[in-house]
Amino acid sequence: MPIWVQLVYLLCAVAFILALKGLSGPKTARGGNLIGAAAAVVACAVPFLYLDLDHVGLILGAVVVGSAGGAYGARVVQMTQMPQMVALFNGVGGGAAALVALLELEHMVEEEVPVFFLVATAFTIVVGSVSFAGSVVTFAKLQELMSSRPVVFPGLPIAFGGSLLAAVVLSVLVVSDPTMLVGILLGLLGLAIGVLLVLPVGGADVPIVISLLNAFTGLTVAAGGYVLQNTVLLVAGTLVGAAGTFLTLLMAGAMGRSVANILFGALKGGSTLGAGEASDRPVKSAGPEDVAIMLAYAERVIIVPGYGLAVAQAQHTLRELVDVLIERGADVDYAIHPVAGRMPGHMNVLLAEAQVPYEQLIEMDEINGDFKDADVVLVVGANDVVNPAAKTTPGAPIYGMPILNADEAKQVVFMKRSMRPGFAGIENELLFEPNTTLLFGDAKDSMGKLLSSVKSL
Amino acid sequence: MNDLVLDNGIVWLTIFVLSVFVGIEVISKVSSTLHTPLMSGANAIHGIILLGAILVTGTAEGTVALVVGLVAIVLAAVNMVGGFMVTDRMLQMFTRKKPKPAAAKTDGSAA
Repeated sequence: MPIWVQLVYLLCAVAFILALKGLSGPKTARGGNLIGAAAAVVACAVPFLYLDLDHVGLILGAVVVGSAGGAYGARVVQMTQMPQMVALFNGVGGGAAALVALLELEHMVEEEVPVFFLVATAFTIVVGSVSFAGSVVTFAKLQELMSSRPVVFPGLPIAFGGSLLAAVVLSVLVVSDPTMLVGILLGLLGLAIGVLLVLPVGGADVPIVISLLNAFTGLTVAAGGYVLQNTVLLVAGTLVGAAGTFLTLLMAGAMGRSVANILFGALKGGSTLGAGEASDRPVKSAGPEDVAIMLAYAERVIIVPGYGLAVAQAQHTLRELVDVLIERGADVDYAIHPVAGRMPGHMNVLLAEAQVPYEQLIEMDEINGDFKDADVVLVVGANDVVNPAAKTTPGAPIYGMPILNADEAKQVVFMKRSMRPGFAGIENELLFEPNTTLLFGDAKDSMGKLLSSVKSL
Repeated sequence: MNDLVLDNGIVWLTIFVLSVFVGIEVISKVSSTLHTPLMSGANAIHGIILLGAILVTGTAEGTVALVVGLVAIVLAAVNMVGGFMVTDRMLQMFTRKKPKPAAAKTDGSAA
């Protein structure tokens, strides 16, 4: 490899470090992302300049097809569906890494190579396949193509353990006597492990799994880089693997959970609360006019936005409502739970899209003391993040997750489509409290009526 | 050739271990506001496997290997291009409009 190529790769590796650094600060995030993109393009252009590659036309064609597909997906995806899009992009990356490793294995079958190359290749095949299949299942869960509730069947722990064991055995086989057949079997086994890994994970925890699979893909790319003796792949993959693992732990911490509990909690069983059925216990409901009066004469209002708000596309109307309330002299803030939406930080993206001023978004730790002074808390399309079961009911799937103390407010108004439980599938005691009022209906529709009622007061 | 590669093994291990520390260090102060874009951006970066896919496909012999390589290229390009574009779209929303009052954008760390 010529020196200049190695220097370009070094520059690209540095650019990826700067990209991650930039992405972790709000002011530098966009620049960081662009630096990363530029480095990726440069790194991919390099082999065409110094190697005499075959099939250049076909390769470029495939690059164009893939780029067009990715660009189309990135352009049309709704902000509410961002998490599953990220999952999908991650999955195809893992799949690509596994295929690259299989092709490398083909060379290794023919000529003798060091043991570590075979170990890295086997690792990439298995983990890349896990990432691919796992991401497809997370996509299906988030897109609600399948139940978002944990899927557990009696033999699942045995099937999972057996697959892991078989993967280890086949990996040893590949390393000692590499053949394509075992390599392909290893890939198929990886797919099975990926499916079995994600099936028992409940919908609300899926984002953590996406982050974990993202880290897995990073590590497979790093291993692939070692096999190809390519520094930029090794560095970029390792960076993502390390940062992704760290990010996964951060997110799990924000939910008050351990990663092991998220992955394997459902296997232990015991959660009877996740029945996911609507209760017919009595609740107090009111029309938009009544809620408008409550809001219009409140001095301190806290909005708790959730995923349902964004699905109903009601965030723009909500912003108008808040503007009107502020004009009338009320003190209004949005309380943002770290995992509001379908992913940590997702709600910030969705409200930023509706041009809600940044300083009205208050994070949980800062606003939790204010709830007891709030006249009205308006919960729009959120449920699990204000569910007191997280504090009071050991054994609930969300037990231990820090929640917004909406239950301490003088009045709580829930805007809900139905009595259906939240994404975690458990009933919310707060709905049945005497100071809770429910406003049923589509969030956008109700919000519009609420806005015009408040305006007419 | 093989001896040389084995000697180099320790160099590769060094790069790997140092990269782990850098990867953790650079994002250790991220605010939860940016978790989603950061995950998405990191996701795009591992799309660099496209480079690996191009390298193996460019030396592929036989139709099956070529087809597998081309599939890998398509998948990796989706990851890379889609990942960076969707991250940019997300981040655009954080910066598109300045908040109305004089209070300029805060640093967002604990806001």
